[in-house]
Amino acid sequence: MNFRVIAKYMGRILQLEGIFMTPAILVALIYKETGTIIPFIATIMLCELLGYLLAKVKQNDEGIYAKEGYISVALGWIILSLFGCLPFYFSGYIPNFIDALFETVSGFTTTGSSILTDVEALANSMLYWRSFTHWLGGMGVLVFLMAVVPMSNTKGGGEGLQLMRAESPGPTVGKMTPTLKDTARVLYTIYFAMTVILFVALVIAGMPVFDSITTAFGTAGTGGFGIKGNSMDGYSNLIQFIVAIGMMAFGINFSIYYLVIMKKLNEAFSNEELKCYLGIIAVATILIFFNIKHIYDNSGVALLDSFFSVSSIITTTGFATANFDMWPQLSRFILVAIMISGASAGSTGGGVKVSRLMILLKTIKREIQSVIRPRAVKTVMMDGKPINEAVIRNTLSYFAVYWFIAIGSMFLLFALDGFDTETTVTSVMACINNIGPGLNMVGPVGNFSMFSPVSKLLLSLNMLIGRLEIWPMLLLFSPSVYKNTTKR
Amino acid sequence: MKVVVVGGGKVGQLLTQLLVEEDHDVVAIDNREDILELIQTNYDVAVVHGNGATVEVQTEAGVGESDLLIAATSSDEVNLLCCVVANMLGATHTVARVRNPEYDHQIEFLRQKLGMDIALNPEKATAREVFRMLQYPSFLKRDSFAQGRVELVEIKIPDDSALVGKKLMESKDILRVNALICVVDRDGDVFIPDGHFVLQAGDRIMVAAEGAKLINLMRSLKLTKKPIRDVMVVGGGHISRYLAQLLEKSRVNVTIIEQDRAKCEELSTELPKATIIHGNGTDQELLLSEGIRDMDAVITLTGMDEENMIISMFANSLDVPKTVTKINRTEYINVLTKAGIDTTVSPKLLVANEIMRYVRTIYHDESELYCSLSGKVETLYRLANGKAEALGFTVPVDGNYLGKTLMELKLKPNVLIASIIRNYEVIIPKGSDCLMPGDSIVVVTTSDQAIIKLSDIFASEI
Repeated sequence: MNFRVIAKYMGRILQLEGIFMTPAILVALIYKETGTIIPFIATIMLCELLGYLLAKVKQNDEGIYAKEGYISVALGWIILSLFGCLPFYFSGYIPNFIDALFETVSGFTTTGSSILTDVEALANSMLYWRSFTHWLGGMGVLVFLMAVVPMSNTKGGGEGLQLMRAESPGPTVGKMTPTLKDTARVLYTIYFAMTVILFVALVIAGMPVFDSITTAFGTAGTGGFGIKGNSMDGYSNLIQFIVAIGMMAFGINFSIYYLVIMKKLNEAFSNEELKCYLGIIAVATILIFFNIKHIYDNSGVALLDSFFSVSSIITTTGFATANFDMWPQLSRFILVAIMISGASAGSTGGGVKVSRLMILLKTIKREIQSVIRPRAVKTVMMDGKPINEAVIRNTLSYFAVYWFIAIGSMFLLFALDGFDTETTVTSVMACINNIGPGLNMVGPVGNFSMFSPVSKLLLSLNMLIGRLEIWPMLLLFSPSVYKNTTKR
Repeated sequence: MKVVVVGGGKVGQLLTQLLVEEDHDVVAIDNREDILELIQTNYDVAVVHGNGATVEVQTEAGVGESDLLIAATSSDEVNLLCCVVANMLGATHTVARVRNPEYDHQIEFLRQKLGMDIALNPEKATAREVFRMLQYPSFLKRDSFAQGRVELVEIKIPDDSALVGKKLMESKDILRVNALICVVDRDGDVFIPDGHFVLQAGDRIMVAAEGAKLINLMRSLKLTKKPIRDVMVVGGGHISRYLAQLLEKSRVNVTIIEQDRAKCEELSTELPKATIIHGNGTDQELLLSEGIRDMDAVITLTGMDEENMIISMFANSLDVPKTVTKINRTEYINVLTKAGIDTTVSPKLLVANEIMRYVRTIYHDESELYCSLSGKVETLYRLANGKAEALGFTVPVDGNYLGKTLMELKLKPNVLIASIIRNYEVIIPKGSDCLMPGDSIVVVTTSDQAIIKLSDIFASEI
């Protein structure tokens, strides 16, 4: 294990975090929140100092292989969260360190679950930083690092791919351009441009500027931290509609936008995952609409609410315009089902990912056929291309491990706090899929404050496992990784 | 520059590595997914899975917008088709590897008709390289600069050489030719020596000299071996065939040993003057009975690295003056020099280097003006297993180093100006020479230096 290179990456991540924290001071100055300036400055100085020292660790020529990549990503996210929560803790807005950590992990992993009972009591600079963690966590920190810093320290430069694979969601991660740096830049440029477009649209629709910034961050990262107690309920229908479309857009694989920019429209629109993703949204919206229509006076609002909720849950954002916890059982169940499906691979959303589910279904179909015709040879196809057997194997084990972790966490949560089934099950599902709200006590109007500290740490871990798609976090805890016997 | 490499075999991977090292955007195409995965985890490139000769795959790889397509699959026909398709799609340059001797005669025709830039034949290139080595058997390696006007040759200092124990500044009297010792490789440690450097027996030195003076250099170093008259070639593949043709033309007696009866018959019809022996080249008795002791050179060209090594070591033990060993696994060249196998050839390395040379020319054609204005590196040769580099520059019109003598200009440590070519004339520089605009110069340095433009070679701002 090459600990030196990991230390270097950790240093770079901390330095970057410090830089990204500085705009919060500006917000504090604008709103004259003198009490929050010192905590931010203290945290930034801590990040820069420690980051500088770590980045200076002398490198050897051992290079970076897959395991170093995975460990760097897992450790990087933990460090990011540990330092990211300090402003909340130092300023006293969240006096309990574990609560502050939970809130920050929830931010970076774009979950959006909160332990705050009264969001509106938070200072604007804190709200800004809390929402910004969504934006940074959405596309990934190491991807950003790759776009700005030359990461390669060996001649080939292929090792960056390990980092990107560990951090980017989806069963397969491909490069859009020959060099990783360009790919990372393309991703962040699209991401940035779409965020700006959303922000401008929100301002035009009449949302206050500060609300627009934080909402744009929350939507772009598919995070879901609101700055109002009632999330998006208080805004006009137009704003709600824009946010719903925005969430849907950020749940689409970013390489599709790249294809559109490159004018390869046919390829972009014939993407199977895209069709499936949009199909699920349409069907779920229609089903919920007919299920909840009778509660509403105005069926237009009912349609908007069902579309908004579906878009918010499937992209794992977690904004709410209506308390869907009060909806009929069928609608509640549909929402839990699309929680698991999640958004598209290569988007900022979480969950299992539509493409994984498609691979699973196609593999099941093949298994059934192989029972009927044991000698038949059939490749699983996606977008007209065969799927590599290694990807299929990875997807199957991913799904299995996903459920093991989810059920194990639920078991622990029952043992620790003993809340009712709906609360416990949906809180784990909301965390591991990076959604935010669940049902019952953790529903759109509830929050996670009543969990015990150990449960909060467990749920934080679930969020990280969900965001980094299991393997990096699992590797971090497997002892065999640290033995210095194997390379590659 | 955007380059598409079709075929992820030995040559394809080596090319990918070299291209990435020189900061080109590379897309690799292959029909084996595991190979693509390997390439992707080793090098920062994009990969496309599929048959590289199809329009779909080439379109996906963006061949139409790329500057160069290199077709290096194992099949000549696929390579040619790749180039045809790439031309249709609008790639600016195309290069194909074509190795079948049957196509070799029509290569010019194919090039013109199919619109290829160059077609490379690794076997033919290897044969030519071996032939070049046999011309001056005392040189382990030869690299040419400025159309052969300057040569950089590698010599191993024998125990009884006059150079042993001498400082470099005293070497001028021994060399007696205008030549400069630029690199010393002592058991794998590479030095750029200064005047006080003391040479030892067994050092491998690289000497820059005017191409026409090579003979004189050999004479003054007392390295003149008697010209090669009798050559034994073990293995009767394509390389041997090309090599034997070249050797026959210069009236060298060739003995080829080949295991396969049918191949022997083919060879004997094509090479009427050569002696073709049907037998196993690893059989000591056979080698001895065919007179390996009396050979001036033994060239091992079988398909197996191990066989080549063993035969060469056997020839060395019999004091055959020159052995040339074909090696495919270039990673092990370091170990081989320790085992006394000095002169090796590797078809894959030769082809990759030739293609890279071509890549640099087209890259610089497009930016030639830019290069000569800014003084950026134009050519690059790797020396001493990549531990040292020879770089070619054109001196720009506006450098503050112009007009000063080399003595006044402080160079960075481990940097040396090996030669200056001014108006078709070669100058091996001394302290009193100076740089003039338009000069082509060759700079030798260790490869850990980051030198991108000419001004980087000076120690500080002047």
